[in-house]
Amino acid sequence: MSDTLAHVAEADPVPVGEPGPERSAGRTVLRYAVRLLLVLVFALPLLFMLVSSFKPDTQIFGDLDSIDAFLPVGDVSLDNYSAVFDRVPFWQFMMNSVLITVLTVVLGLIVNSMAAFALARLKFRGQGILLGVILATLIVPFETLALPLLWWVNHLPYYDGSIGWLDTYEVQIIPFVANAFSIYLFYTYFDSIPRELDEAAKVDGASWFTIYRRIVMPLSGPAIATVSILTFLPAWNQYLWPLMAVQSESLRPVLVGIDYFSQLTTNWGQIMAYASMITVPVLVMFIAFQRAFINSIATSGVKG
Amino acid sequence: MTQTLGAAHPTPPTVGQIEKLSFKQRRYTKAKQSQRLAAAWMVTPAVALLLVFVIIPIVLTFALAFTNAKLISPTGPQFVGIDNFSRLFGDPVFWKSLRNTLIFTIFVVPLQAGLALVLALLINVRIRGVNFFRTVYFLPVVTSMVVISLLWKFMYQPNGLINGFLAVFGIDGPDWLGNPNTALVAVLIMSIWQAVGFHMVIWLSGLQTIPQDMYEAGAIDGASNWQRFRYLTWPALRQTRTFILITITIQAFALFTQIQVMTQGGPLDSTSTIVYQAVRTGFSLQQTGYASALSLVFFVLVLVVSLAQRYLTRDKDVKK
Repeated sequence: MSDTLAHVAEADPVPVGEPGPERSAGRTVLRYAVRLLLVLVFALPLLFMLVSSFKPDTQIFGDLDSIDAFLPVGDVSLDNYSAVFDRVPFWQFMMNSVLITVLTVVLGLIVNSMAAFALARLKFRGQGILLGVILATLIVPFETLALPLLWWVNHLPYYDGSIGWLDTYEVQIIPFVANAFSIYLFYTYFDSIPRELDEAAKVDGASWFTIYRRIVMPLSGPAIATVSILTFLPAWNQYLWPLMAVQSESLRPVLVGIDYFSQLTTNWGQIMAYASMITVPVLVMFIAFQRAFINSIATSGVKG
Repeated sequence: MTQTLGAAHPTPPTVGQIEKLSFKQRRYTKAKQSQRLAAAWMVTPAVALLLVFVIIPIVLTFALAFTNAKLISPTGPQFVGIDNFSRLFGDPVFWKSLRNTLIFTIFVVPLQAGLALVLALLINVRIRGVNFFRTVYFLPVVTSMVVISLLWKFMYQPNGLINGFLAVFGIDGPDWLGNPNTALVAVLIMSIWQAVGFHMVIWLSGLQTIPQDMYEAGAIDGASNWQRFRYLTWPALRQTRTFILITITIQAFALFTQIQVMTQGGPLDSTSTIVYQAVRTGFSLQQTGYASALSLVFFVLVLVVSLAQRYLTRDKDVKK
């Protein structure tokens, strides 16, 4: 929405919330100065991380007291990056994270949208209660459940007949597939799609599943985008759960990997290289889709 | 389960029942039945997963808190009454963790919400580059907390970036994370920096629901900037405000990642929190029962806040 506002800006530089009659050049400069200062506050630490990843430790510490800390100057190389690959199976960690995130998002989209479709567009007994129970689980933060859940999955039968799900890919994915908030977002979106579409399709002999797959889902692009982003961020950034539920190095996601890595080494340049490799792709994706990202977060505030 | 659901009609009506119905009724029943069947198919995966991975663990939090359950144990959990709680309330680390959690929350809520509102107001204007500013302020939100914690751990070193910056102004910065007096403050500053963009976006979406003609009317009446904010913007943001305060509070109660990565609860337990302590006892020491008691305390805190939210929103509806 701010983008539309940004367009208007060119014609009329009056603030939306605070239309002031005075529009002196001095005020304009001040206005930009404050905002640019804030840009530095938010961007500089991340820039520092990226720049330091190319420097050896002596250079990083030597640059700390000058502006060079934020500039790729001096002894700059890719040594830290190759050191990361030498010390840990970085690509394995990366692949684990990608696999876990993609599966959580995709399975989540299917499972949650189907449930929401039934709740929003079909009639069955106990519907209201079911929706109420699902929404009630929203107030329980994951941190409350983490330890009982750890004990519980350790006692669940695994599909190969053994007991206990710890130290698997599944334990990093399956518990996070069904999500009450995703169901809620799909539910409100589906609720807004006219029901005449269903009736028309029914007359043509479509089954409910066909209506879901061929009519409602294709119309739900914005809801799918929102749910994808809101599932992607926590799945990618998961830390507490894999820290507890996964021991094998081969199953470790990148973020638990960096925690172990930082305990292995005192070389900050290498830590910054590792941190940059897991952060930059997400930031690039964010900048490319920033409107969708920000709108999704804004949507998450609507439930209040 | 899939097997029974796979059958076209799990409990088909008997011929006798159908013959008693008129044609219209018959069609209606069939339609209703196919709806129920489709619904069962479609909600079952989500409901089963929520049941196994959310609802049962909620029940287990309550149940295990009264047992001596261990993560790995040859014998099953045994009921021990309120032993975990009496141990908990007699544990000085628990009281320190609770105190740290509450102090962190008391400071983070107004500071983060306030700064986020200032950012939102700065962005909610017609100037060039609004999109750019908003994107940059939001960057830390999409960056993982683990990465941010490591980065700031480095910046907080006695001879690190932050003290280097302070030295420019002639300030001799402390050993931020190594000093029990400043460690929690350091975590607080970093946490605000990371999440403030998130709440800025929520404030923004609240601000953009305020109709412009309200401001135009205010301008005609000659209201000052402050008056416009105080009498128009602030009351209109009531709903958003409640939401933001509640989410920050609950997130603050759950303080964990920063502590695990940066301080491990130290120095001298000055940064230990409830969730950190729960994870340490429950995971590192494998004492699930004791950790569940801690989780329960955490859950009660969250519940109190959520009930307060209920109360606050209801209060508003009554006034309307």
